[in-house]
Amino acid sequence: MACFLAPAAEAVVTTVITVVVKKKEKRSEKETASESAVAKKLRFSEKLRWLNWMLWGGSLLLAFEHIWHGEVVPWFPFLTRASDAADRAEMLREIATNGTAMCLLVTLVWGIMVAVASRLEKAAPADEAKEEVVS
Amino acid sequence: MTLLITVFAAVTVTLIWYASEKARKLMTGPLCLAFWGSSLMWLVDAVMEYIENGAEFFSPSGKDMLNDAFLGISVVALALTVWVIALLVKDPGGVVRKRLKKHD
Repeated sequence: MACFLAPAAEAVVTTVITVVVKKKEKRSEKETASESAVAKKLRFSEKLRWLNWMLWGGSLLLAFEHIWHGEVVPWFPFLTRASDAADRAEMLREIATNGTAMCLLVTLVWGIMVAVASRLEKAAPADEAKEEVVS
Repeated sequence: MTLLITVFAAVTVTLIWYASEKARKLMTGPLCLAFWGSSLMWLVDAVMEYIENGAEFFSPSGKDMLNDAFLGISVVALALTVWVIALLVKDPGGVVRKRLKKHD
């Protein structure tokens, strides 16, 4: 019905967070002037961009599905179920259940991706040192 | 069917992204994440439908399957079109800029 609105709303929030985090990172890099150390690790704003792509991409394709099924229309109120009170309640219930579950699952998968990436980043210097000893 | 087609698209693009350095420069990363994002969202839809309808979920009518397959292919086409437009606008290889300079 309109479940894609929940991940789309999360995408707006995470995009704003990404912009703020990126600005902070640039500022702190200038202050510490240790870009070589930072460059080895992936910035957190880069990792946030993964979440943005998943949320925006998913929301766009789901919105297309809703247009396909005639649930989203190009005229007010844009959602066909929004004009009737009973349908509206059903639509809001779906956003609250399906939409929230979508947000949670995508964010959980992103969290796992970040955790794995962090582990790989931590392991990388040790691997490099091993290679140096061997060579 | 839409979920299956999107998952296949996500796996294919991920393999291309992993195997080819050239593909990574052509913004296949965001495309791959968009396919995975939508696959996860449709997975939630599928689970919710299974909870509501039970085993009936696994035996859709031929007409429904055909419509879902048509939708799945259209979804992949839309994602690829958006990706190609983004690629031409960002022009990471400088191909479009070079062509435009030649004509100047």
